[in-house]
Amino acid sequence: MDMQAFNDAQAARRARLMMLQQSIRYVLLFAVGLVMLYPLIWLVGASFKTNSEIFAGAGFLPRNPTLDGYIHGWQTSTPYTFGRFFWNSFLIILPKVIGTAISCTLAAYAFARFDFPLKKVFFVSVIAILLLPNVVTRIPQYILFRDFGWLDTFLPLWVPSALAGDAFFVFMLVQFLRSLPSDMEEAARVDGANSLQTLLYIVVPMLAPALISVCLFQFMWTMNDFLGPLIYLSSVDKYPVSLALKLSIDTTEAFEWNRILAMSVLTIAPALIIFFAAQRYFIEGISAGGVKG
Amino acid sequence: MARVQLKNLEKVYGGGVKAVHGIDLDIEDGEFMVFVGPSGCAKSTTLRMVAGLEEITGGEVIIGQTRVNDLPPGKRSIAMVFQNYALYPHMKVRGNLAFGLKIAGKSKPEIETAIDDVARILEIEPLLDRLPKQLSGGQAQRVALGRALIKKPGVFLFDEPLSNLDAKLRASMRVRITDLHRRLKAEGLSSTVIYVTHDQTEAMTMGDRICVMQAGRIMQVATPKELYNHPANLFVAGFIGSPEMNLLEGHLDGSDFVIGAQRLTLGIDVQARLASRPADAVLGVRPQHLTIADDGLEARLTHAEFMGHEVYLHAALEGQKIVAVVGAAEYEALGKAETIRLRPDAQHLHVFDKTDGRNVSLRGGSAAA
Repeated sequence: MDMQAFNDAQAARRARLMMLQQSIRYVLLFAVGLVMLYPLIWLVGASFKTNSEIFAGAGFLPRNPTLDGYIHGWQTSTPYTFGRFFWNSFLIILPKVIGTAISCTLAAYAFARFDFPLKKVFFVSVIAILLLPNVVTRIPQYILFRDFGWLDTFLPLWVPSALAGDAFFVFMLVQFLRSLPSDMEEAARVDGANSLQTLLYIVVPMLAPALISVCLFQFMWTMNDFLGPLIYLSSVDKYPVSLALKLSIDTTEAFEWNRILAMSVLTIAPALIIFFAAQRYFIEGISAGGVKG
Repeated sequence: MARVQLKNLEKVYGGGVKAVHGIDLDIEDGEFMVFVGPSGCAKSTTLRMVAGLEEITGGEVIIGQTRVNDLPPGKRSIAMVFQNYALYPHMKVRGNLAFGLKIAGKSKPEIETAIDDVARILEIEPLLDRLPKQLSGGQAQRVALGRALIKKPGVFLFDEPLSNLDAKLRASMRVRITDLHRRLKAEGLSSTVIYVTHDQTEAMTMGDRICVMQAGRIMQVATPKELYNHPANLFVAGFIGSPEMNLLEGHLDGSDFVIGAQRLTLGIDVQARLASRPADAVLGVRPQHLTIADDGLEARLTHAEFMGHEVYLHAALEGQKIVAVVGAAEYEALGKAETIRLRPDAQHLHVFDKTDGRNVSLRGGSAAA
């Protein structure tokens, strides 16, 4: 066999091997991906099924697709539609996310860039709060908010966060800020900017990826928060979606699973949409804090 | 007008580490003053205290007529150019230039005119709508320069502005900055410059005067020529000049300098000025001031560096290293000789006290003339 033919044969063999490897890899990835995503896919499919069909099999394609679950689910068993609960969630999330972004940025900027008395003590307490289990503070917080007369209002759900109460976000932003060089801020000060102007015009734009992550985290966690609203809200007209979902299980004797599933789909939709729309910044924000240093 | 005075300026850090030991310096209006020294000599710290970016723990900084110790950087009539440019990454070049003026509350047309002027001077007009990350190092440094220039400050502060550029660009930026300074001065604009660098070429070529610093102290403040010809002490002698000045240890015997078994007649008796006893001294002579001559000091040639038009001869004189710069022809004439005789130029000899490093041949003047 001459050399040319031999080489060609070898190349073809390598290509076949490569192809095989690739195929195995993709099949495996696809299979694992499917296993992880199947519950979600099933949820979407099942929300279009009739109540009886849901338990008939594990397949996700509905035999007789119906919007029944959505229509009745939206009406709910209460005097309010599901839209009301979405609106409630929105009323909690909006001030909470905005407040978190502003207050945590201010707190983190102070920790990362200024020297003030007892700074170390304060920062250690931030870390301590970070490590404290949530449950421990539930009861004292409840009593405090009761004395404020804030029970059955949205205030206990967003005011603490809007006052930089979430140590995790403060810590995350401090770490990110520490990884940013301070030269630009010094240049701004030489240019005549005061601390607040420096923060607003120079630091915040550089902090944007981290801030977007903070907002996304806060959005998702608030959307999913069940315990907070459960403790502080007692009137049904103030329930956010997380409680409203549970409501539909409680109030009917025979569970209308298709309605619950339909509303579940609607409930996770905003978080999913926002996550996919912002995922580039989100991932950039999480990783940037660690990588840039 | 912006004269800058440093009065007994001190910097003590939190842990009690003293970085700057009471500096006194008077920088004239329009002067180009260079701070030079090895890294860690606190030249940048001193500059940052003038800028207001570093707290002053003792002494005063006076800019013009005002004591600025407690003024924020923006109110000190200064502009600063940083080593790594420190351009605002999210603003276009135009925005970077405009930022200071916007903060100062200047009107839009005013800002536009100022940007156009500065862009023209620095030839950055085509870059105005780019982001900093789209600029090369030299372009970014020009924009940083523009950001300082546009404010029309009393004092320009440069913190190693050329260190991040390659050698060729550095040379051209050097010329550009000195030109700019000359131009501002000619236009009657305030143009006092404090320029920090560790590069002695920059210091020698750019400065009206140079302030040589070491470990938070001023070693000598003088014109480049004065510094080169009459270094006040061993540190300055060794720091300024390339290749470095030869520093030979020995002792004085009347008007003779004795190195091991060899004697050199200085022609002047400076023994009385020495603080060291016995009369231990260091003889300083620049490699350029050594010539090959039969009546010179004997040294053993160790190796030669061929630089083109000249040759650096490395030799051992009584066990001490000595470097001489000779012409290529002279080197050829040496043939394969292993020992050479080097005669120092008597006009350019320096005698330093071994204990405190003072140049004792300076005082009284005649010896170092």
